[in-house]
Amino acid sequence: MADNVIKVGMADVKHVMHPGVLVTLGLGSCVGVALYDRKTKMIGLAHIMLPWSYQAKNRTNKAKFADTGIQLLLENMLKDGADRRNIVAKIAGGAQMFTYTSVSDMIRVGERNVEATKKVLQELNIPVIAEDTGGNHGRTIEFYSEDGRLMIKTIGFGINYI
Amino acid sequence: MDEFVLNSFQLDILREIGNIGAGNAVTALAKMLDRKVNMAVPQIKIMEFSEVSEVVGGAETPVAGILLGICGDISGYILFVLEESDAKKLVNILMGKDPDEEVEYNEITLSALKEVGNILTGSYLSAISTLTGLLIKPDVPDLAIDMAGAILSVPAIEFAKSTDTVLYIETEFSEGCHRVVGNFFLVPDTESYIKLLKTLGAMG
Repeated sequence: MADNVIKVGMADVKHVMHPGVLVTLGLGSCVGVALYDRKTKMIGLAHIMLPWSYQAKNRTNKAKFADTGIQLLLENMLKDGADRRNIVAKIAGGAQMFTYTSVSDMIRVGERNVEATKKVLQELNIPVIAEDTGGNHGRTIEFYSEDGRLMIKTIGFGINYI
Repeated sequence: MDEFVLNSFQLDILREIGNIGAGNAVTALAKMLDRKVNMAVPQIKIMEFSEVSEVVGGAETPVAGILLGICGDISGYILFVLEESDAKKLVNILMGKDPDEEVEYNEITLSALKEVGNILTGSYLSAISTLTGLLIKPDVPDLAIDMAGAILSVPAIEFAKSTDTVLYIETEFSEGCHRVVGNFFLVPDTESYIKLLKTLGAMG
């Protein structure tokens, strides 16, 4: 992996200046929230696992939830010079890996993660300009600061750019 | 309940549960294959979310995951994960073929794989049920083959609701010279976890 490629793990947020690349491997029901500042070319990526922090018993790790995770990523980016008026979002993930119905509440978490992510972004006035969400397959994503492109790699569905 | 942190005694209990469960599972597998299957001492593992996707050979490694819902006295689910290459070996052994032969996914091979997962997890659960006296009923199995990170996000998310770590049991077994590594993720909801530990005298 090249020097400018930074990995973002589960329940993690990272941001980087141009010419950095942010990568998350094997997204399942989690959602990758990619923020791009079109002027400064700063990019940020949050790998959230659950929709709302208030629904959880343990909230120490802010990056775990859509609400606190996206907020945290945005704050970090603004602190380092991003301008929120120039920030747009792309989202990927939120799959349902198992079709299981009897534990639907546990399994539908992918869909709920996507819903929460969109709601949080809307409240923050960040437009979602592209998404590749849902389905029942995993995704690896690579986010390029050069042009804000998001590459989505799958097993069986090929490679796609949004 | 606040954050869920296990003490060393509780971990020992869980290790023992894993040991008995996996032991029973491997015995069942040996019966099904009508062959001798050896098992190494299962390892109980606890890891951070950042490490989760590295468990089964890396986040993008293709794996097979077999998920069974649990109901009865405890609720939640159990997930059995193994590398896709190991899953294919198991299917071949089950069908009386050369373990290294290429496997084409079709109704027969996929249901064979589901059945292996069903038997392994079912016997794992029945051992826990015997040990605790709790009624544990597994539901029908569901199979997914995809990137390790994506499959493992399912149990990780469930753990994420109450803690910042994921607990699982790694079992290595072998048939002849063919080695297969399987990982059991027992994912009871938090209330069931407490019930399980209480029943075993590991929680006041």
